[in-house]
Amino acid sequence: MAESATNLKVLAPPAELRRAPVVENYRGLGALTDKLSAFAEGKIPKWWIISIAISGFCAAVVLPTMLIYQISTGVGVWGNRAPVMWGWDIVNFIWWIGIAHAGTLISAMLFLTRQHWRTTIGRAAEAMTVFSVMMAGLYPGIHVGRAWFDWFMFPIPNSNGLWPQFRSPLMWDVFAVNTYLVVSTLFWYMGMIPDLAAFRDRATTRPRKFIFGIFAMGWTGSAWQWHNYEKAYVVLAGLATLLVFTVSSIVGLDFCTSMLAGWHATIFPLYFVVGAVYCGFGMVLVLLIPLRKLCHLEEVITQRHIDRVCKLTLMSSLIIAYIYLMEFFVAWYSGDTYERWVFGHRLFGHTYWYGGWIMLLVNVGLAQLLWFKRARQNLKLIFIIGLCINVGMWFERFVIVVGSLYQDFLPSSWGIFFPTWVDAGTFIGTLGVFFTMYLLFVKFLPMIAMAEVKAVMPDANPYHKPKGRAK
Amino acid sequence: MKSYGLIAEFNSATVLLEAAKRVRDAGYRRWDVFTPFPIHGMEKVMGYKNSLVGWFALAFGGGAFLSVVGLIWFANAFDYPLIVGGKPMFSVPMTFVPAYIMLIMGGAIGALVGMFATNQLPRWHHPLFKNPRFSLATRDKFFIVIGANDPKFSETETRKLLESLGGAHIEIVEDND
Repeated sequence: MAESATNLKVLAPPAELRRAPVVENYRGLGALTDKLSAFAEGKIPKWWIISIAISGFCAAVVLPTMLIYQISTGVGVWGNRAPVMWGWDIVNFIWWIGIAHAGTLISAMLFLTRQHWRTTIGRAAEAMTVFSVMMAGLYPGIHVGRAWFDWFMFPIPNSNGLWPQFRSPLMWDVFAVNTYLVVSTLFWYMGMIPDLAAFRDRATTRPRKFIFGIFAMGWTGSAWQWHNYEKAYVVLAGLATLLVFTVSSIVGLDFCTSMLAGWHATIFPLYFVVGAVYCGFGMVLVLLIPLRKLCHLEEVITQRHIDRVCKLTLMSSLIIAYIYLMEFFVAWYSGDTYERWVFGHRLFGHTYWYGGWIMLLVNVGLAQLLWFKRARQNLKLIFIIGLCINVGMWFERFVIVVGSLYQDFLPSSWGIFFPTWVDAGTFIGTLGVFFTMYLLFVKFLPMIAMAEVKAVMPDANPYHKPKGRAK
Repeated sequence: MKSYGLIAEFNSATVLLEAAKRVRDAGYRRWDVFTPFPIHGMEKVMGYKNSLVGWFALAFGGGAFLSVVGLIWFANAFDYPLIVGGKPMFSVPMTFVPAYIMLIMGGAIGALVGMFATNQLPRWHHPLFKNPRFSLATRDKFFIVIGANDPKFSETETRKLLESLGGAHIEIVEDND
């Protein structure tokens, strides 16, 4: 014991070197548990009912209407037609799968690097992953045209004696997206088990106790359970981290293995991974900034955590900027007429020039505001930046998909893509399903990983001395 | 009415870790601690070896990898040979991506299955759930339970030990099964 041995005085470190606590205004583990479960156990607020009414309408009315019309009539009700056979559906597919990636990055990669601040936003980000992968998976399933033949995509023994062609990246996509859905759901659910047990133990009504009891699987929190649980969690985090790099790479391979100018580039797998993470960070900001206020979690999801998400967003924006630069440079340096034509038309063409400029100005330009601390602390501003990043990244995918298809090698087969109301309706419908699921998650499930947050509190450390210096 | 063991409640992780060391040193073997979050250092006190979950993940993941390689050989080279771009009917590199993806899926399922198997979950009933204080184990309290099936267990001596360690609400847990 240093204090008893000598009278050595230890000076407190200067303010800028002091580590800020993960949770502000911390009043002990019990109060923290109450705070974190308050929203899920409290009365249903008005804003929640209004939001779910809107998103529920899109989910339960708009999307089914569009799907029934589309599936019963044909893909032609979308704007997809020669030469633009990949339209909004594929744009939205990449957009949704991209959003998923930031969630996995936050919940898995930041876990492996032991970032304590990630415990407060990890669960919410992981939920975003699960729901957006579901929405992503919907699009290719109906894009194939005959949705009732979707089972052709899976290696199922059938009476035709036919098998999928495993050399095709489109086939790899089927595996990648399904794996992503399964792994992120398992990761999300397993992380939730101790918190579901906490909800079970807090339950005051029998139905709550029963339902949470079922899903908590009989968790007691014994040392042996935690021992195995932590091992499983780190294995799942490691595997999910691989998926951050794999799924969008494979989506990128769909493009770069084709011979089309604008798609045929080796940078695509990396390009799609970074773009995905970047877009997802935008969505994290859009979801978390209102949520922390509406659910009264400002002291848990602190300004500092938002600040860090902003810094990660800025970093991915810089990588995206580099990749844009390389894309344009390689197109010019290759000397290939068609490449130069496509990339010239992305910014100075007559039809989709605006898409290229939105992509550059928002994804590269606007994000640079995040260099400034004052901008990072202005929640309204970063909420808008987050929204704009989502729009900008949507246009990036539009520019890549439609912008490369509409004018290919033969001028006689050029054409212009017009989205239809069914395109728009399907997209609105998937947004509705996503937000409906997210709202249900926020209201009924442990939105913050309680056990993880508690584990990084100062007094959770068994070597912590309550009245000592080591705070 | 059978007794499951004695439960004692502690207020902090620090006290719990010290108490656990003393219970171990007292020679008890069938006992456990229950905490709202993992306490690092506890696995050493409890004498746990490396968890088997990693091996489950490896077995499931490796199994999935090899079965997808086999599936692709069977599907594209054996059952319905498919010529694509004049390439060989089967080569190992072409199987890599789907096999690797399924390795991830298999590994993840293996980790979850392994966690459930090693922890013997799901188990929806547990004698401890009957104890009203035990619901605080997921909140802010820390518990030590010494099993009645421990060779050293004696209701008076064990109770004395737990009291000396600073445990509160020391009670007998009944085993209704």
